[in-house]
Amino acid sequence: MLDLHGYGPRLLEGAGVTLQLAVLSLTLALILGLLTASAKLSRHWLPRKVATLYTTVIRGVPDLVLMLLLFFGGQILLNIITDAIYDRFGLDWYINLNAFAAGVITIGFIFGAYMGETFRGAFMAVESGQIEAGKAYGMTPWLVFRRIQFPQMMRHALPGISNNWMVLLKTTALVSVIGLSDMVRIAAEASRATHEPFTFLIPVAIVYLLIASVSEWLFVWLQKRYNVGFGGR
Amino acid sequence: MADTPIPLEVRNIKKRFGETDVLKGLSLQARKGDVITFIGASGSGKSTFLRCMNLLEQPDEGDLIVHGEEIRFKQTRRGREPQDNKQVVRMRAKLSMVFQSFNLWSHMTLLENIVEAPIHVLGKSRKEATEHAHSLLERVGLTARANAYPAQMSGGQQQRGAIARALAMDPEVMLFDEPTSALDPELVGDVLKVMRDLANEGRTMVVVTHEMGFARDVSSQVIYLHEGLIEESGSPEQVLVNPVSPRLKQFLTPKY
Repeated sequence: MLDLHGYGPRLLEGAGVTLQLAVLSLTLALILGLLTASAKLSRHWLPRKVATLYTTVIRGVPDLVLMLLLFFGGQILLNIITDAIYDRFGLDWYINLNAFAAGVITIGFIFGAYMGETFRGAFMAVESGQIEAGKAYGMTPWLVFRRIQFPQMMRHALPGISNNWMVLLKTTALVSVIGLSDMVRIAAEASRATHEPFTFLIPVAIVYLLIASVSEWLFVWLQKRYNVGFGGR
Repeated sequence: MADTPIPLEVRNIKKRFGETDVLKGLSLQARKGDVITFIGASGSGKSTFLRCMNLLEQPDEGDLIVHGEEIRFKQTRRGREPQDNKQVVRMRAKLSMVFQSFNLWSHMTLLENIVEAPIHVLGKSRKEATEHAHSLLERVGLTARANAYPAQMSGGQQQRGAIARALAMDPEVMLFDEPTSALDPELVGDVLKVMRDLANEGRTMVVVTHEMGFARDVSSQVIYLHEGLIEESGSPEQVLVNPVSPRLKQFLTPKY
């Protein structure tokens, strides 16, 4: 029988951290992605430029480098801001960027760029006549977005979102470098202490696979839902 | 009739795309019960003119008065734009459009398509909107297709469904943008029949069409457009039977 040398509960905790981190990062990435896509499709030049800069930088720099940059750089930036507030207003704030928040922000920030590209393509795939019909029937831009553009866009976006999510899930393993005790870090610790790497790494791999399989199934369900009426199916 | 406002009035509409003047000053008055049809070669500006009436295209010049309310415009760096988007939304809800390519929302069933704007734009209750939708579906002969998605319907069914969606708004004026041009010939008749019924019951309609028979039979006014200008306008007899303009005569001569 599998003997985890007493690391079982901690590994389980780590798995919880991984899952929470992944889900929160995904949420942030989806929000950032939607914002990025709308900025890129805006008719004003400024949001377009900002969004392009964002996606270019993120996609061109390795995730690990970004994570370290954001974690250390983010804390320095926060310190500068809180120092300035202290100097000017005498308010003594100190915000400590904990590893979990830094992880969520970094991963969300990285995948926001990828999601942005996914959403942009998906929005462009919606037929203009569908949107025109909404406008012609007196819908406000928000109503057109909510009732027509968004549900139709999701058909095209879901395969890309699902793909990004799988990569995101695996990217969470990187947070161990900024000191967050996710499943991978605990497994690595345990391996070193017990000299039995496979005892810990194989269960970790299985947990990742498990999460991936459950989400695969969830995405199939979502795809079915958003494909309604599409191509007569 | 003096006390009821004119449903739709446009004055001196001009529109250019880049260097090309597409509309060179077009006016029209649709009084209650009028059926105004536009004919003309492709590229004459018929569809663009119609799309200026509900501001799917922004006219560069000209006035637009819907049910006595004049649309306000402002100049921006990008050109002329409506001043008040709320006013535009309100005005569009009074004019419903039937498109050449139907444009039924593909992720909704036919019934959902019909109740969508009445519920979310006009604020009707779902129950009331659904009851109204069923009576409209019966009118256009699509009761059996209420729960079908547009992709499961023929072009003729989709267009009749789109007309039901337009009627559900209880519009002041219905705008038809070449409603039968994308249809197979054998499906055109059903759509035209629905449109004839609407004309006969006194609906105010502005129709861009290539169907001369329809224009002749139901129009109160036929307008022949040529290169962004009204070349000839009048009753169907005047315009279609006794045309004056040589160009219109040429246009009406069968080509085969």
